[in-house]
Amino acid sequence: MAQSWLCVGGLLYSLPQSLKWMTIRMAEYSAFSLLKNALTGNKDWRPAWRKPDPKASYDVIVIGGGGHGLSTAYYLAKEHGITNVAVLEKGWLGSGNVGRNTTAVRSNYLLPANTRFYEHSMKLWENLAHDLNYNVMFSQRGCLNLAHTPAQLDDYARRGNAMRHLGVDAELMTTAEIARLVPALDVSATARFPIVGGLMQRRAGTARHDAVAWGYARGADRRGVDIIENCEVTGFLRDGDRITGVTTTRGEIRAKKVAVAVAGSTGRVMRLAGIETMPIESHVLQAFVTESLKPFIDTVLTFGMGHFYMSQSDKGGLVYGGDLDGYNSYAQRGSLPIVDEVMSEMLALFPGLARVRMLRSWGGVCDMSMDGSPIITTGPLPGMYLNCGWCYGGFKATPASGWCFAWTIAKDEPHGLNAAFTLDRFYRGLVIDDKGQGATPRLH
Amino acid sequence: MLITCPYCGPRDVIEFTYQGDGNRQRPQPASQNLDAWNAYVYDRLNPAGDHNEIWQHSGGCRAHLRVVRNTLTHEISSTAFARGDHNSVARHRAEDKP
Repeated sequence: MAQSWLCVGGLLYSLPQSLKWMTIRMAEYSAFSLLKNALTGNKDWRPAWRKPDPKASYDVIVIGGGGHGLSTAYYLAKEHGITNVAVLEKGWLGSGNVGRNTTAVRSNYLLPANTRFYEHSMKLWENLAHDLNYNVMFSQRGCLNLAHTPAQLDDYARRGNAMRHLGVDAELMTTAEIARLVPALDVSATARFPIVGGLMQRRAGTARHDAVAWGYARGADRRGVDIIENCEVTGFLRDGDRITGVTTTRGEIRAKKVAVAVAGSTGRVMRLAGIETMPIESHVLQAFVTESLKPFIDTVLTFGMGHFYMSQSDKGGLVYGGDLDGYNSYAQRGSLPIVDEVMSEMLALFPGLARVRMLRSWGGVCDMSMDGSPIITTGPLPGMYLNCGWCYGGFKATPASGWCFAWTIAKDEPHGLNAAFTLDRFYRGLVIDDKGQGATPRLH
Repeated sequence: MLITCPYCGPRDVIEFTYQGDGNRQRPQPASQNLDAWNAYVYDRLNPAGDHNEIWQHSGGCRAHLRVVRNTLTHEISSTAFARGDHNSVARHRAEDKP
């Protein structure tokens, strides 16, 4: 008798516990919650993130509410339990490069430091929608680099072998296989630059860029991170050399650690901290979208005889881009010569697109580093952490960049995956120059 | 974007090749001052605003030009021959003995 009462008591005690557990475990976005909210007039959805006023101090401030800043805050909270964090964004969330890129995700690099880092990113991408409980529309439709000369195909074979050596998928494709995969492509011997083969990474693909920003923002917010928009950093608070906080358009905010993830604005923000020169140049990169077409191409395609890359969005528009404009710029717009060049590259591959209309074009400011590889490091000042140098490949790095940066901030030392991405590698002869272009940022 | 070449007049930007930051100072060729070399090769001012830069009129008279251009608006406020300072002895750091 006494035993059974104990049992009932135990049940009564554990019931609220399991209910609490269920509330935590039940995903905020699910088929069930969709149905429930549909039946109750969609009145119960919470905003994806709060709009808090800044507190007087935090454990960590992340400057920059783009993909990298938001993923840094998310992984600080999720992986390291650091939730007293503010993300400061000068405009609205995702108004910078995370909303301006051409959405390609790949890990087809040559040099081991890059390959390992971007492959880690790829693995995070593969589980990202599940991890964030947010559909980032990650689509592993493959990325195909076209080769136009036998020497280029040899070079791709070398890169493919280097990738496979590190466990990344890569395969060489023949012209016939490419013609079956992308029927619209001009694979004839009379093409302006005949196609002799290509390097395919099947696990590469695209993701919905805005959803990545929103998903990370919501994930960080739900773990207690304050995302503060319209809050521009105007200076740094210092105690001697040590950075102890920032001044902003919404007042002074103190923090034990201040992390900078501002991509194209790196030069401007570092100057506020008294650092006049950086191994970075800011350049403008344009991107374009055509009117919506029926399904036309189901992979990410790159041209080997110039700089051109294209994919098709789920809405049907062809999303494509080419080279930088090629001169220092902080203007988020480019000029016409590059528009002309990109269109002519597109037509060299797809003569049939000549009458398709371009719907929109825009520009983003890229933080071009001196070797084409990023910087994720402690310093350069005490209390400061730096994440920059993404050139125009930052979108695919978003998960791993935040993951590694959060590790670096939490533990005051880099993870093995970003240990090579130091700021002083340029002065120590340890550059990571995947394309072998040298210290000419506009060529990376 | 138009650049006004002192020889050729206003020409489209496609005639020109960008040679980057014009503030960099190359050490004397025999210099073993590594800090000075590192700064020359890797460090950039990268200002948001007026930028002192070198362009070559490679599709025209081939002159090297010193251009002051605003990186926020792309507006050019001055162009002049880089001759006399670009890649010349005068441009080497005077204090930097080999």
